[in-house]
Amino acid sequence: MKVLVPVKRVIDYNVKVRVKPDGGGVDLANVKMSINPFDEIAVEEAIRLKEAGKADEVIVVSIGVKQAQDTLRTALAMGADRAILVAAAEDIHTDIEPLAVAKLLKAVVDEEAPELVLCGKQAIDNDMNATGQMLSALLGWSQATFASGVDIDGDVARVTREVDGGLQTISVRMPTVVTVDLRLNEPRYASLPNIMKAKKKPLIEKTAADYRVDVSPRLEILATSEPPVRSAGIVVGSVDELVAKLKDAGAV
Amino acid sequence: MAVLLVAEINDGDLAMDATAKAVSAAAQLGDVTVLCAGADCSKAAAQAATISGVEKVLCAQDEVYGHQLAEPVADLIVSLAGGFEHITAPATAGAKNILPRVAALLDVMVISDAIAVVDSVTFERPIYAGNALQTVKSSDGKKVVTFRTSTFEAAETGGAAPVETIATVGSNGLSTWIEDTVAASDRPELTSAKIVVSGGRGVGSEENFEIIKALADKLNAGIGASRAAVDSGYAPNDWQVGQTGKVVAPDLYIACGISGAIQHLAGMKDSKIIVAINKDEEAPIFQVADFGLVADLFEAVPELTAKLG
Repeated sequence: MKVLVPVKRVIDYNVKVRVKPDGGGVDLANVKMSINPFDEIAVEEAIRLKEAGKADEVIVVSIGVKQAQDTLRTALAMGADRAILVAAAEDIHTDIEPLAVAKLLKAVVDEEAPELVLCGKQAIDNDMNATGQMLSALLGWSQATFASGVDIDGDVARVTREVDGGLQTISVRMPTVVTVDLRLNEPRYASLPNIMKAKKKPLIEKTAADYRVDVSPRLEILATSEPPVRSAGIVVGSVDELVAKLKDAGAV
Repeated sequence: MAVLLVAEINDGDLAMDATAKAVSAAAQLGDVTVLCAGADCSKAAAQAATISGVEKVLCAQDEVYGHQLAEPVADLIVSLAGGFEHITAPATAGAKNILPRVAALLDVMVISDAIAVVDSVTFERPIYAGNALQTVKSSDGKKVVTFRTSTFEAAETGGAAPVETIATVGSNGLSTWIEDTVAASDRPELTSAKIVVSGGRGVGSEENFEIIKALADKLNAGIGASRAAVDSGYAPNDWQVGQTGKVVAPDLYIACGISGAIQHLAGMKDSKIIVAINKDEEAPIFQVADFGLVADLFEAVPELTAKLG
């Protein structure tokens, strides 16, 4: 079984996000970028499937700017076998919408014929939480989102999902698209030898035009702004004072 | 203009709070028709009919909708889409599973987690876990939108909309429900709790989280944790509040032993009142706290538990 894992290059989750002064988006110039944390979990899961003998090959794919090569190399260093970069934007500030990404991924799936696509449940930049579901729809496949447990058994996968207030377990027919949540696993760190080895693993470059997919956005971004700033309140001197303040505020 | 709103239904009951909040958002776009899909949705449909501002309720009853599986529910919504310019839902885990699938089947973008309706094609939504807000204008023929419920007031009840039973479209059998495991706790669910008590790295161990639990139980609060506490193994991952965890906006958020890393603040800064208890007076959490207490949490938290209620 081939497993395809889409990975996105996003701002590192530890970096403070700054909106450009002209309201034209979030400043990404000279900012540390990393693999989307949820995608890293998806890569880890795919590698574990391979280690367990359930997958033969793990292919990672990234759609966006050329710099996403680094993101793919990270996934290769973790243990993915090969990588596909689909260049679809020139400017590092251009975010390709989930619908266009899903269409490109469908084209990659048509070419590579994986039986399983493992995606992060959402990217921590646009927070859309949509690509996996959209890909599944376009393929006409089953979907299992927000997975905290994945067990593949022949032509079905048993997936435990994080839903509001608990867990839901479903069985989906293969091939399938699974989007992963935080609890699924803890991604490994790439060792230095593996980072060196990753440099020699195959990485092919394609463009959106190669797949004849129109990536023009459906949503026009009119403005990007800072959220209202929260100002610091007061420091209380004791638990008694805190209790009094909370009671005054009607909070308890 | 006609708006379809997909109701949130759990075990045959309408999730009234989430649905009524989404109704007040959707009503800004036009006449709201609520879709209740379930194995037995008569009860939920009757409940939805009482929400003020609802023009009509559609009841789609079939076993295949019993567990809100994405594939059949999305097919149902798409079968109804012709009559609506907007397809909306509260931004619950259920709707986030289904609506992007609907959008792709209709070849339109989804607008997730809208926090404001600017006009019928323009919405405001948080990006970067709320560290920035984006105003987006859709050029799609149909707009598929989920609303973040914490930012809308619930519509009142007292209405009496007509309920119409509609034809269903069946299932393609792509997925089957096996079981639901409701969290084995009587505590309120983290994202909908009125009060949340969270612990960070300062709590020091899994055993020490008992003092956080004791305060939470006293206040009937949900329990959260910082990523640092989760990574250290003190708390399970589904307690994580932050950019990579859950985004909460309770009336009261009590942060204990949490320094206030950016990624944590992103998940809780919209809380109405924030209390921070930390022994490090330089901790960034104090910059967003309404009430800060510089103290050892192992003394202050049990004392607070004893003195509240």
